[in-house]
Amino acid sequence: MDDDAEIIAEFLVESHENLDQLDRDLVELEQQPDSRDRLSSIFRTIHTIKGTSGFLAFNRLEQLTHVGETLLSRLRDGDAVMTPAITEALLSMVDTVRALLDVIERTSKDTDPTVDVLPLVALIEGLLEVGLPTTASGETPSADELSVAEVSELGGAVEEPDVSPAAPPTAPPEGLTSEEPATEEPPAPENGWDGVDRRTVVEASVRVDIDLLDDLVDLVGELVLTRNQLIQRSLASSDIELVRASQRLDLVASELQESVMKTRMQPIGQVWSKLPRVVRDLSHQLGREVELVMDGHETELDRSLLEAVKDPLTHLVRNSLDHGIERPEDRLAAGKPAKGTLSLRAYHESGQVVVEISDDGKGIDPDRIAAVAIERGVVTRDQLSRMDAREVLGLIFRPGFSTAAAVSNISGRGVGMDVVRTNIERIGGSVDVTSEVGRGTTTRVRIPLTLAIIPALVVGEGEERYAIPQANLVELVRIEGDDLRRQVEDLAGAPVLRLRGKLLPLVSLAEILGGPPMDGQALTVVVLQSDDVRFGLCVSTVFDTQEIVVKPIGRQLKALAMYAGATIMGDGRVALILDVAGTAVTAGVGVAQQETNDSRVVVADDRTALLVLEVSDGRRAALPLAAVSRLEEFGRDRIERSGATEVVQYRDGILPLVRLATAIGLTDTSDQGDQISVVVHETTGAAAGVVGIVIDRVLDVVDVVIVSSQVGRRDGVTGSAVVQDRVTDLVDLAAVVARSGVPA
Amino acid sequence: MTAAAVASTGSRTAEQYCTFWVADLFFGVAVDEVQEVLRHQPMTPVPRADAAVTGLINLRGQIVTAVDLRVRLGLPPREGDQLPMNVIVRTRGEVVSLLVDDIGDVIDTAGVDGQPAPANMPRKVQDLVCKDRGVLPLADAILLVLDADRAVDVSTTPDNPGGTP
Repeated sequence: MDDDAEIIAEFLVESHENLDQLDRDLVELEQQPDSRDRLSSIFRTIHTIKGTSGFLAFNRLEQLTHVGETLLSRLRDGDAVMTPAITEALLSMVDTVRALLDVIERTSKDTDPTVDVLPLVALIEGLLEVGLPTTASGETPSADELSVAEVSELGGAVEEPDVSPAAPPTAPPEGLTSEEPATEEPPAPENGWDGVDRRTVVEASVRVDIDLLDDLVDLVGELVLTRNQLIQRSLASSDIELVRASQRLDLVASELQESVMKTRMQPIGQVWSKLPRVVRDLSHQLGREVELVMDGHETELDRSLLEAVKDPLTHLVRNSLDHGIERPEDRLAAGKPAKGTLSLRAYHESGQVVVEISDDGKGIDPDRIAAVAIERGVVTRDQLSRMDAREVLGLIFRPGFSTAAAVSNISGRGVGMDVVRTNIERIGGSVDVTSEVGRGTTTRVRIPLTLAIIPALVVGEGEERYAIPQANLVELVRIEGDDLRRQVEDLAGAPVLRLRGKLLPLVSLAEILGGPPMDGQALTVVVLQSDDVRFGLCVSTVFDTQEIVVKPIGRQLKALAMYAGATIMGDGRVALILDVAGTAVTAGVGVAQQETNDSRVVVADDRTALLVLEVSDGRRAALPLAAVSRLEEFGRDRIERSGATEVVQYRDGILPLVRLATAIGLTDTSDQGDQISVVVHETTGAAAGVVGIVIDRVLDVVDVVIVSSQVGRRDGVTGSAVVQDRVTDLVDLAAVVARSGVPA
Repeated sequence: MTAAAVASTGSRTAEQYCTFWVADLFFGVAVDEVQEVLRHQPMTPVPRADAAVTGLINLRGQIVTAVDLRVRLGLPPREGDQLPMNVIVRTRGEVVSLLVDDIGDVIDTAGVDGQPAPANMPRKVQDLVCKDRGVLPLADAILLVLDADRAVDVSTTPDNPGGTP
């Protein structure tokens, strides 16, 4: 299996390194036999190899390291002291371990008969049995005389009669110099190994100090910036050689940048490699049967991020086992296979790495989440009533929330999901969860590829430019003229934008930066999302998106939450990078005030924005605001006729008119002034067209939960509802439009 | 620096100072703390930062915070179009630019004993002068030895009312 190969490769690299250290440690230990530190270090190394080999089912390796470990533990605990014989035995063990590792590297198994561990195992067991010289008794003569030669004899002698009768040696002892097997000709290549010409795992990679890599990234960033400046200059130059040289530089610098970034990239499989063990142990502990499926382990991301996602991912996996996948009997009862599936999938998507953790367990029951959330005071009943299912699921990420009915030691300590989310958002990622009751849960974690270079939107305010990380960017909205008046409103001094029926708090970048309040005929709104907060940032200029190199800013500015760092633009000037979460808090729309804001944002969610109209002398009717594309007024003299239909010339075309009052069976009174008010509705679909609906006047735009009643249902009216304490007809737009002759 | 001076003290860097003027005050920073001295550099202001933080400088790809010593010392702003110079210092692992009025020579103060700051100096100036031996009465001037660590330790209270540009 591919994953296994990966784990084994990692194990090999790690073990080889450890063994090199071990050699040095052992030799030094011989000089200073009482160094407890060194003994502990050796013990740990062997213990690690033993643990991993057990997990990977390398039984012979495990067997050997096990006796070695026992010997070492006695030495460490002071039950025995080092003698040359013990040192020799330990060194032989290291050599044999190394030989076994070579075998594993070649064949992925440790069963190669050319390396025999049993004599050595027997020897060490012999040493253990014979009774080691203890610190208390001093060095007994017998142990003192235990020379190397005698050890071999002893090994031979002990091995025959009574030691490990269950596992008799498969081959005659070859003496203790176990390098022999390793230097011997390898067996006939079964799997294409030719004995030469192949770089071993250890040689194929080099460990490099991470600081050096960070320096390289910095230097390359600088090189890229210098290149940008040079290219700008060379474009204006007539020196053709200079232009060519700078183009080459451009190419080389880009490739260099890519390669250097790659050196920091590591496959996510490195984090995953620990998970099979976690899953195995947990499923035993919890009495679950789980198959772990991992897909996309080669997906790479920056090492600093890898480190940061390790714990959150492990936690999510634990959560899936603890809360998701049911006990086998419950699964069978639910008609599912007894064995649950936990699958991990990683892939690249639009400059981000997506990691999905999905299980086919019982899913998350929104009702239970809701009940618990209320019980724990995470939300109020009122707030909850306005949430949709997805938002209810999102509650599990709120601080203080944990649904484990019984608090286990695996999860359910109530520090779970909110910490997961905080950690992931700290590195610019996001996490969301979807679930189907009875079918399973999928948690999707999005993480940026790298922290050092990020795509960002560059905006201008005053004389300066600011970079906004693209990860936080939702959309750009430009509002001008009429729309500005209609869509932007003041709620108790706070500007809000109606955006597709939702109210979006607006924040002026100029104001946050200490400039004058916003003002003008047009607004450019950058819609941003951070944590649970979505808000619109009004900026004066939008430049473009570009890849920026994130650089840290000094201590003096650390307290300013609104800056995430700084970057250097193509012209060499410094631009600040906005921290979207910090900006939200600074502007007063952040998490700190969420309780007040939240309810308002939530309100907008399952409500419908209605345009409330007056028709036929004070009668009220309402249209969904989404169906309204514009409001217009026309002089009555502009109304012309085409057949039986009233029309006006509108935007180089003809706009058919429908009198709303007539269409819904009321007396038309819309002709009382010199002007008529018209709601312009654009029909979509195959026969798209524009219809003008003539009304008396616009009363209001409201966001309401429509509790519709059949009362008043008739041609052109779907029913009625109480809007602003008044009974209001709900207009059947399709029927009304049909009267204009334009297909709805 | 003379051989005699080196011999007499055994430590020469502590006695060599990179000097500069801020208003009419003559300051020095130990040469081993100074990375370089630059003319005026284009700067990006940092809204909402402390008033002493004038902006950010691109120093060969490194972002360096510029701290105006006039603000730190409680002195009036520079007059007219006088552009500040940058004394780039390394303090506590960070590189910071001190904005000063004019650059002087590197001088050797071997043989001059430092004295505590006179008690009648303004508090803000005393605060930034090295304790104990911070004032060196030279033959033709009085050198104040700047405590660079304190000079760049800008209070990080956000949204200082004086901080908006």
